[in-house]
Amino acid sequence: MGFILISLIILIGIASYFLGNLRAKNLRTSNQKNLKSLSHYYGYYVALWAVVPALLILLMITSFKSFFIEQYVLSDFIALGSYTETELSLLFTQIENTALGIKLFDENTILINGAVNKLNYINKTSENLTYVTVLGLSGLLVLYSLFNINNKLNSRKIVEKFLLVLYFTCSLVAIMTTVGIIFSLLYETLRFFSQVPITDFLFGLNWSPQRVFVREAGDLDTRDLANAFGAVPLFAGTFLIALIAMCVSVPVGLLTAIYMSEYASPKVRDWAKPIIEILAGIPTVVYGFFAALTVAPLVRDIGQGAGLTVSSESALAAGFVMGIMIIPFISSLSDDVIKSVPQSLREGSYAMGATKRETIVKVLLPAALPGIVGSFLLAVSRAIGETMIVVMAAGLNAKLTANPLDAATTITTQIVVILIGDQEFDSPKTQSAFALGLTLFVVTLALNFIALQVVKKYTERYD
Amino acid sequence: MKSIKIKADNLNVYYGEKQALFDVSMYMEEKQVTALIGPSGCGKSTFIRCLNRMNDVIDICKVQGKIEIDGNDIYAPDMQVEQLRERVGMVFQKPNPFPKSIFENVAYGPRIHGIAEHKSDLEEIVVTSLKKAALFDEVKDRLYDAGTGLSGGQQQRLCIARAISVNPDIILMDEPCSALDPIATARIEELMGDLKTEYTIIIVTHSMQQAARVSSRTGFFHLGKLVEVDKTETIFSNPSDQRTQDYITGRFG
Amino acid sequence: MTDRIEQRINSLNKRLNSEKRFRIYCIGAMSFALAWVLILFLNIFSSGYSAFYRTVIQVDVPFLNLIEDTTQFSEMSSEDINNLSMYSFSKKAIYGLFPDIEEKKDKKMLIRLFSIEFEQEIREFLKSNKSNINETETIYLTASDDVDQVNKGNYPRDLDEDKRRIKDIQLLFFDDLVDRGLVSYEFNLPFLMRGDSREPELAGVGGSIVGSLFTILVVLILSFPIGIFAAIYLEEFAPKNRVTDFIEININNLAAVPSIVFGLLGLGIILNTFGLPRSTPLVGGIVLSLMTLPTIIIATRASLRAVPPSIREGALAVGATKMQAVMHHVVPVAMPGALTGTIIGLAQALGETAPLLLIGMVAFVVDVPQTPLDASASLPVQVYLWSESAERGYVEKTSATIMMLLGFLILMNLAAVLIRRKFETKW
Repeated sequence: MGFILISLIILIGIASYFLGNLRAKNLRTSNQKNLKSLSHYYGYYVALWAVVPALLILLMITSFKSFFIEQYVLSDFIALGSYTETELSLLFTQIENTALGIKLFDENTILINGAVNKLNYINKTSENLTYVTVLGLSGLLVLYSLFNINNKLNSRKIVEKFLLVLYFTCSLVAIMTTVGIIFSLLYETLRFFSQVPITDFLFGLNWSPQRVFVREAGDLDTRDLANAFGAVPLFAGTFLIALIAMCVSVPVGLLTAIYMSEYASPKVRDWAKPIIEILAGIPTVVYGFFAALTVAPLVRDIGQGAGLTVSSESALAAGFVMGIMIIPFISSLSDDVIKSVPQSLREGSYAMGATKRETIVKVLLPAALPGIVGSFLLAVSRAIGETMIVVMAAGLNAKLTANPLDAATTITTQIVVILIGDQEFDSPKTQSAFALGLTLFVVTLALNFIALQVVKKYTERYD
Repeated sequence: MKSIKIKADNLNVYYGEKQALFDVSMYMEEKQVTALIGPSGCGKSTFIRCLNRMNDVIDICKVQGKIEIDGNDIYAPDMQVEQLRERVGMVFQKPNPFPKSIFENVAYGPRIHGIAEHKSDLEEIVVTSLKKAALFDEVKDRLYDAGTGLSGGQQQRLCIARAISVNPDIILMDEPCSALDPIATARIEELMGDLKTEYTIIIVTHSMQQAARVSSRTGFFHLGKLVEVDKTETIFSNPSDQRTQDYITGRFG
Repeated sequence: MTDRIEQRINSLNKRLNSEKRFRIYCIGAMSFALAWVLILFLNIFSSGYSAFYRTVIQVDVPFLNLIEDTTQFSEMSSEDINNLSMYSFSKKAIYGLFPDIEEKKDKKMLIRLFSIEFEQEIREFLKSNKSNINETETIYLTASDDVDQVNKGNYPRDLDEDKRRIKDIQLLFFDDLVDRGLVSYEFNLPFLMRGDSREPELAGVGGSIVGSLFTILVVLILSFPIGIFAAIYLEEFAPKNRVTDFIEININNLAAVPSIVFGLLGLGIILNTFGLPRSTPLVGGIVLSLMTLPTIIIATRASLRAVPPSIREGALAVGATKMQAVMHHVVPVAMPGALTGTIIGLAQALGETAPLLLIGMVAFVVDVPQTPLDASASLPVQVYLWSESAERGYVEKTSATIMMLLGFLILMNLAAVLIRRKFETKW
C-alpha cells in the first residue's frame, strides 16, 4: 500500500510542478508584470505543498496506526480488565494470525472471532481512509498554493528557506543518532542497575547470566542475581585480546609506517600502501572465519606440538587475527603523522651525520610521538569494539584468565550471545547486554576523544 | 695565502631533468669565511648542500664532478656520508632545533657519534659548545627546557652549538640569518667572527652587506653558474664581470 | 691516538650495521602485512572455489513404471503432478543403479548418496518436460554433500569408518558409479539462486544476496540524500556557533563508535520503540544508514571544501543567491567526491555483520526475500551462520560466500576509484 501511495504523491508532485510553472508564466504574460521569482520556482513551490505535508501525514498515520488498531480490536478484552499488557499483546498476535488463516490455538472463543472481524474491517477501512486523507490533503494544498501565486509572492525565497530547513534537519540526524544511542543504552542500563547493584556489575568476578531466568514476572530470585553479573572477566578478556592485538599491530604497523614514509621509493609506496589498506576493507566476519577455521586450529596444533594445552578458542588466535586487521589503522595514521614532521628536523639530524635509523628513532619518532600515540589509541578503541572476530573465534564462557592460550570472552561477544535470536524482554539478562553496550560506548568514546585531541594538538604544533 | 680546505671541480648538479649547477669550480680557504651570494634560485644553496652531501636525501638529485676536502674526494664510493657530515656541520635557513631539551639538542651529535665516553665528558662538550655559540650565559639555568621554547636568534645559536658539538672542521651556513631580526643577526655575525679562528665557514646569504661584513672571499652565483669568485673587497669594489657589477649595485636580484 | 681512531671506525661500523638491521626490520614488517593479504585471499579462494560446481549423479528414471503412457503427462497440470505419489517410484529408480542389492540397509545407504530432495528433483524434471517424456529419461540428480565432498577430494577417505560420515559401502557404490561414468560435475547454479537450507548441498546464497541488495538499497536511499544535505549545510550554510560545533563533534565521534552499538540502537529504538518488523532488510538498512552517515558526511564535506572559494564568489558576483551559487556551482563540482564517499560507505555497510545480528537478521530463511519487509539474511551474516555449522560442505560454501562478498566490495571500491579518476578536478 505504502509504495503505491508514495508513487501517487510523487506523481501529483511532478504534475503540480508543471501546473505552478504554467500558472506563473500565464500570470506574467496576462498581467504584463514581473513576478518576484523565475517561473520554475513557482513550480517547486506548488510541488512542495503537494508532497511534503502529504508525506508527513502519511508518516504520522503509519506510525500510530498499529497502536489505534490494536486498541480498537482489543477494546472488548480491555473492557474485561483481566488481562495484563503482555497477555494483551500476545492476544493481538493470535488475532492477527487467525485473521491470516493461521490457527495456532484452538480456543477460538466468540470474543476472538469478533475481534478478528473487527480487525479485518478496520484494516480495510483504515487503508481507504489513509488514501482519502493523504491524497485529499495533497490535492487541496495544490489548489491552495496555485491560487496563492501572484506577483507579490516570492517563491524563490520560500523554496530556498525550505531547502535550508531540510539541510539543517538532515544535519541533526547525527545528533539524533547519538541521542538515540545514549537513550536506548541508558534506559535499559538504568533498569538493569535497579535490579543488580552497579558495584556488583563493575567489580563482580563471576559472569553467568544464563543462570537467571524470569520464572514469573516480578518473581526473580535475588540470590541468582547477586552473583551472575560480575563483568570483570569480560573486561579482562577484552583487555587481554586487545593487548594481544596491539602486540601484533603496533610493531608491524609502526615499522611499516616508518618504511613507507622514510625508506620506500614512491613506486613501492604507490603499490604497497593500497594493498595494506585492503586489510582495513575486508569485512570483519571474514577475519572471524579465518581466525576460527585456520588460525585457531593452527595455534592449537603448534601449541600441542610444543607440549602446551591450548584451547581451540584461544585468546591468542583471536587477538592475533585482530592485530592483523588493525595494522592498516596504525600504519596509515602513523605514516601521515611521521610524514608531517617538518623536513627541517630530518635535515638537521642528517647534517649532524646521523644515520636514517638514528634520525628516525631519536628525532622523528619523539617528535611524532603524540600523533603516534593517538593512532594507537584509535586502534585500541577499534580492538575493544571489534565484534565478529571474537564472536567467531574467542570463547563464549566467561572465565577470568590472563593466559593467552586459554579461551577468553569479551564485552562484544557477550552482547551478541545474549541478544542473538529471541530474547526474553524485561529480563535482567537482556538488560545486562545494554549495560555492557553502554560501558563499551563510554570507553571507546573516551579513547576516541582523547586520541582526536592528541592528534589535533600535534598537527597544530607543526602548522 | 691560506691553505685550501675545500676544492670543487666542474661540479654539475641535476634535479631530475633540470640542471641546477653548471661547471662550478672554486676553492675555499681554511679558517676563513667564504660567502656565496646571488639572487634566489641561483644555485648557491644547492652548491653548499653538495659540500656535506645533503642532496643525497633528495631522490632525484644527481651530482657530477668532484669535491675534495683536504684532498679527499667526498663523493668517492668509500666515503661514509655520516663521517663526512661529522666533519662538515651545517646550520639551516630556519632554526630547526629538535623538539627536545637544550641539553639534548647539543648532546645529540656527540651521542650518536660516540664522542663522549662519560656523562661528564658529554656535559663538558655541551657547555663548551654552548659557550662557543655565545648562548651559554642565556640558558645556563634552563638547560633542560625545550629548545623550541627559545627565541628565534637563540634557536639559531643553539643550532650552531649543535653543529660545533662534534668538533667539525667546516661549518656550512645556509642563509642563517634570513629568519632573524637585525639584533639577532648582528649577534650571529659577531659569533662568526669568533668561530672562524677555529673553523672554516661557508655562508650562503642573500644580503650583500652581510657578505661584505663577515667574509674574506665571496663567490657570486647566477642562474646556476659561478660568475665570479674573488676577495670580498675586490668583488664589492671592482668586480670583473658586468653581471656582478649589476647585482651588487642593485640592478637586479 | 690510533686507538681512538680505530674505536671511532668500529663505532661507525656498528652504527651502519644497526642501520641495515633496522631497515630489514621495516621491510620485514611491511612484508608481513602484505603477506597476510595474500594468505587471506589464497586461503579463502583455495577452499571456496569448489563450491561453484557440484556433483551430480546420472540416474535412469523409468517413467513407464509411473504411468502406462508417458504422453499422458502432457495433459496433467502442475498441480496434478504435485499430487502424484512419487516417493517409492523415485527410490526404485535409484535402486536401479544397483539392481543386485537386496538388503534394506544397503538400499538405504544407496539412497543417502543423493540429496534428500531427489524426489522433488525428479518431479521438477517431469513438470518442465511434461510434454516430451520418454519411457525412460536420464536425469542428473544432486549428490549428497558427503559424496560431493569426497568427489572433490575435500574429504579424507582413509579415516576409520566410524569417524567418517560416509560409510564404506557408500564409497563402494560411489567408486562403481565413477567407473561407470555416471558421476559428473556441473555448474552450481542452485547455489547462486536458492535460499538457505539445513542440507549443505541444497543451501544457496541467493537469499542472502537479495537480502544484502535490499539492505544496501535502503542504505543508499536514506544515507545518500541525508548525508549530502547534512554536509552541504555544515560546510556551506552553518553559522559558526555552538550547535554547529556540537554537530561536528557528534559526527566525528559517531564515525568511531563500534558497530555493535548501532545494533543496540536498532534493537532498543527501531525494533522495540518504533515496532518495525524484525529480521528485515528495512531495519538492517536503517541501522546501517545511521552507521554510514558519518563516512558520507565527512567525505562530502572534504570535497566541498576542496572547491575553491573563487567559484562561489564568481556565482555570487553575477547576482546568484547563496543557495543558487551552492547548488548550481559548488555541489556539482563536489559530486564525484560525494559519490566516492557514498560508495565507500556502502561498501562498509555491505560488509557489516555485528549490528545485523542484534536486529535479528540471523534468522534461518529458506525463501528468497521478495521485498525489504521480508525476513532475510545478508551475505556477511550468511558467512557467520554457515561458519557455525560443522559439515564440510558449509566450509566450502562459506568461503565461496566470502569470495562473492569480497567480489562485490572490490567492484564497489573500483567504481569509487574510477569515479575519482574520471571526474577529479584539478584547481
